[in-house]
Amino acid sequence: MANERGLIVSTSPHIRGPEDIPRVMWTVAGTLVPAGLVGVYVFGYYCLFVILLCVASAVATEALCQRLRGQPITVNDGSAVITGILLAYVLPPSVPWYIPVVGAAFAIAIVKHTFGGLGNNIWNPALAARAFLQVAYPASINSDWRSLKEAGILYNITGVDAVTRATPLFKEAGMETYSYANLLFGNVPGCVGETSVIALLLGGLYLIYRGYVDWRVPVSYIGTVFVLAMVLPAKIEAPWANDPVYHILAGGLMLGAFFMATDMVTSPLTKKGLLIFGIGCGVLTTLIRFYAAYPEGVCYSILLMNTATPLIDRYTQPKLLGAGKAKK
Amino acid sequence: MEIGLGNLFTIIISVVFVNNFVLARFLGLCPFLGVTQKTESAMGMGMAVTFVMTLASAVTWFIYNYLLLPGEHNLFGVLFPTIKETGMIDVLKTISYILVIATLVQLVETVMRKTSPALYEGLGIYLPLITTNCAVLGVALLGTTNAPARLSLLEASVQGFAAGIGFLIAMLLMSGIRERLAVLNVPRSFQGVPIAFISTALMALAFMGFSGMVSW
Repeated sequence: MANERGLIVSTSPHIRGPEDIPRVMWTVAGTLVPAGLVGVYVFGYYCLFVILLCVASAVATEALCQRLRGQPITVNDGSAVITGILLAYVLPPSVPWYIPVVGAAFAIAIVKHTFGGLGNNIWNPALAARAFLQVAYPASINSDWRSLKEAGILYNITGVDAVTRATPLFKEAGMETYSYANLLFGNVPGCVGETSVIALLLGGLYLIYRGYVDWRVPVSYIGTVFVLAMVLPAKIEAPWANDPVYHILAGGLMLGAFFMATDMVTSPLTKKGLLIFGIGCGVLTTLIRFYAAYPEGVCYSILLMNTATPLIDRYTQPKLLGAGKAKK
Repeated sequence: MEIGLGNLFTIIISVVFVNNFVLARFLGLCPFLGVTQKTESAMGMGMAVTFVMTLASAVTWFIYNYLLLPGEHNLFGVLFPTIKETGMIDVLKTISYILVIATLVQLVETVMRKTSPALYEGLGIYLPLITTNCAVLGVALLGTTNAPARLSLLEASVQGFAAGIGFLIAMLLMSGIRERLAVLNVPRSFQGVPIAFISTALMALAFMGFSGMVSW
């Protein structure tokens, strides 16, 4: 690829590092496993089926698209697998089987390959697919899951009574909140892989340690939500409204902040840009949680900041040494 | 009528984000796709449209409320008491609004040709085409309907201005994306307008996050 784009090779010495795309991608996929395990443990084996369906559909679509475009088929590099896993993690545990299949195909074919494939997409494929599914199948994505549980489709291995609501971020008054301990472990309602804060933190911190994820995005994202949740006047009457700890523990914030907002392709290139990106995500997430119709703002806030990423890159380019101030 | 600041704020948030003219109502797509290849021209177009929208909203408000709207204080209402039954108001609305918009566009064109010829050349045919930009006519019509509530002059003007700002924001975001699209490895059959439409659709999906933020 490098030769095709006519990239200029610098002078020697050239040191070949051990990092390449498959290594990074499979590491990220590995760090996502604990959260999925907790999801399966809390919500039941059907979650495993959802995850496998997403991954299979994503990989198959990737292979098909690359074949149609006459490119070498690189499904072994793990990028399609990650998209599949991430999509499964933001779906409700009880979705009918066709939703993961359609969603993963949309993510890979429309959001990734019409823009040129790996490294070219502007939006995060998994999140764009989730937003698409929200529009296409609102009933399945937003429904109350109690009925499914009673029908025997969903059952808990542990007998924990978690699956009674779509999200801990309900907006009505008079419902009880979940304890911090349950939120930390993941014993709360939510999507397949977003509930367990500890499992996501483990994976996320390892990625920061390995240098695959810049600390600026998660820190500025979660920090902004924490501060705004404290100071903004909430329009909703839920008891958790102005509880900043509850805000950062509940919902998809941890998953979004560590694994989705930090996507190397769809986030800004500059360090200043990454900070702006994280703060923007935090502001939008809190605004959507407080004032908009949807219960969770993580998905849309990251998509909106993805939209703004090219502009952020454009206006945060570091000045060349000696270039001086641009003339107006 | 009491004009609350909160009301104006609601209008602004609604028109800029929740019901963005391009990304939620899908109006004004021709300049949105036509002049967003470069950020500079997108900026110029956005400002020109904002100017036209603001003034058009104010002027058409006067036309509607003091000429067209049937009633004892209005010219046509007095001259032709049966005008409401004939349905002529809607026809006159469209014609007179387009006339106002065309005049304003002519003004913008004259000023821009004198002050920034480069931008004038860059926008080309899309500058006079603001006249037929459905977003401009749309905001004028929205500002002079009686539903959900009759707007005051200030509210109508603010709505026009905010609609322009929403248009400007959408144009800027799109131009950033399209400047990046130019260097991406887009398959040949998707290059140009197809990928721009797909981008617009995904932007609209992202903007759905604002839905329900205000009820207007």
